Amino acid sequence: MEAVFFYLFAAATLLCGFLVIANPFSRNPVTSAMFLVLTIVSLAGLFVLLHAFFLAAVQVLVYAGAVMVLFLFVIMLLDLQAEERRSFKKLALAGGGLAVVVIALLAHAAVRESPLGTAAPPMVEGSPRALGKLLFTEYLLPFEILSVLLLVAMVGVILLSRKEAK
Amino acid sequence: MAWFNQLDPTTQFVLLSAAKVVPVAMILLGLVAYTVLAERKICAAMQDRIGPNRAGPFGIWQPISDAVKAFFKEDFTPDHVRKVYFWLAPAIVMIPALLTIAVIPFGSQLGQQKMVIADLNVGVLYTFGIVSLGVYGIVLAGYAANSKYPFMGGIRASAQMISYEIAMGMSVIPVFLIVGDLNLSRVVGSQAGTVAWLPVLPNWTVFQSPMLALSFAIFLVAAFAETNRLPFDLPEAEQELAGGYNIEYSSIKFALFFMGEYANMIAASAMMVTLFFGGWTLPLFGLDAPATTLFGGLLHIGIFVGKVLVMLVIFIWVRWMWPRFRYDQLMDLGWKRMLPVALANIVVTAAWLWLRA
Repeated sequence: MEAVFFYLFAAATLLCGFLVIANPFSRNPVTSAMFLVLTIVSLAGLFVLLHAFFLAAVQVLVYAGAVMVLFLFVIMLLDLQAEERRSFKKLALAGGGLAVVVIALLAHAAVRESPLGTAAPPMVEGSPRALGKLLFTEYLLPFEILSVLLLVAMVGVILLSRKEAK
Repeated sequence: MAWFNQLDPTTQFVLLSAAKVVPVAMILLGLVAYTVLAERKICAAMQDRIGPNRAGPFGIWQPISDAVKAFFKEDFTPDHVRKVYFWLAPAIVMIPALLTIAVIPFGSQLGQQKMVIADLNVGVLYTFGIVSLGVYGIVLAGYAANSKYPFMGGIRASAQMISYEIAMGMSVIPVFLIVGDLNLSRVVGSQAGTVAWLPVLPNWTVFQSPMLALSFAIFLVAAFAETNRLPFDLPEAEQELAGGYNIEYSSIKFALFFMGEYANMIAASAMMVTLFFGGWTLPLFGLDAPATTLFGGLLHIGIFVGKVLVMLVIFIWVRWMWPRFRYDQLMDLGWKRMLPVALANIVVTAAWLWLRA
């Protein structure tokens, strides 16, 4: 049962991820954004199969529910026609191909070093309570640094979007 | 039940889940139909009219005739729309409302079965995750229509729903600080009995402390914004946008948007009843402990549905009493008033818990 769901979600993640960047039927950025949403939701499904319920819920809540809605908001307000007409650059295509080959080689090397086991997948996280305890004790410093990073980004956005007072 | 016990656990689980999902979905859709009728009747009463009264006594067959009419109307697809999204958007509007119900405990027990479809440990996070997907239906509808007014409705919807989702999410944190659990069944369980400071009131979250009452107030306002109901119905403001995101839709596709709004109202009501009004509990006749008999279990479901109906009447009542907000007022209220108040509420609750500990 779990194996069926794993292959289902994994296939959905890969297929939707591919359609985000290279959709043969449509070059519309909104379509790409919607496939990215589907990719994120399928990833959340994979998290659920690892019993990482908190991570799955937050993945959907933050990425699919907030970040992608803002993406969509911006894409819709931009000029879509220009993006649809844009042609591929040969150098960029070659660079992308090279990146794919390198990542495939790395993955191959990793799997050869430590072969995939046959054991059941590990339970990635426990209760939300245990996760919260870890975040606020052992990983407090990285957690706080991340919040400061987000604050910096927020201040930067406000500064950039502020109209010059004359 | 011998044949049932012979099945393997996975099949048992699937069968039991189906036995819960199907009646819940049926009741939800029936409730949607009759909330529409209630809306028309209450509106009529408030405006000193009679309301629909032709189909059956007091117009109780009106939802059926409305549905038949919606199906038989011409399903017109304008030439300029983006076809795929035009078809998808009405379906996407309905789905989140149906999915939200999955984690809400709508009763205590029937026999051995807990009356909740998925008893998740992160129940409320799941709900907020699904609710945050609700905006896609409306945004895509606005985009699919490929014309000005629907597009503006879609843009308004996305800005409004993102803004109020934050205030909504922040407003419930004090509840979970005090209850100490994200599981909605346990949130309901913690509301049994009567409240400490006045033993005639039930021990519902909203009565437990002023911070939690404030939580409820913020949640209620945010729920109106999330369901696009007056006073926050800017995405479909008829006078400004000629109907908003759903102008280009007709027939059953329009009806799906319409039903989606009511399904969302029911989901929001069920959420408020669970979080703030004790779910299926009632502090009378020992009704706040899980039921042991079949009758008790059914009574608990009845209590839950009754509380949801009261919340729905409030939704409808407010719609016909209040004028619409202006767009800048809406944003001001969300970001400059409710969000700081909700944040302060979290700090005050945490400090109070810390002092008490």
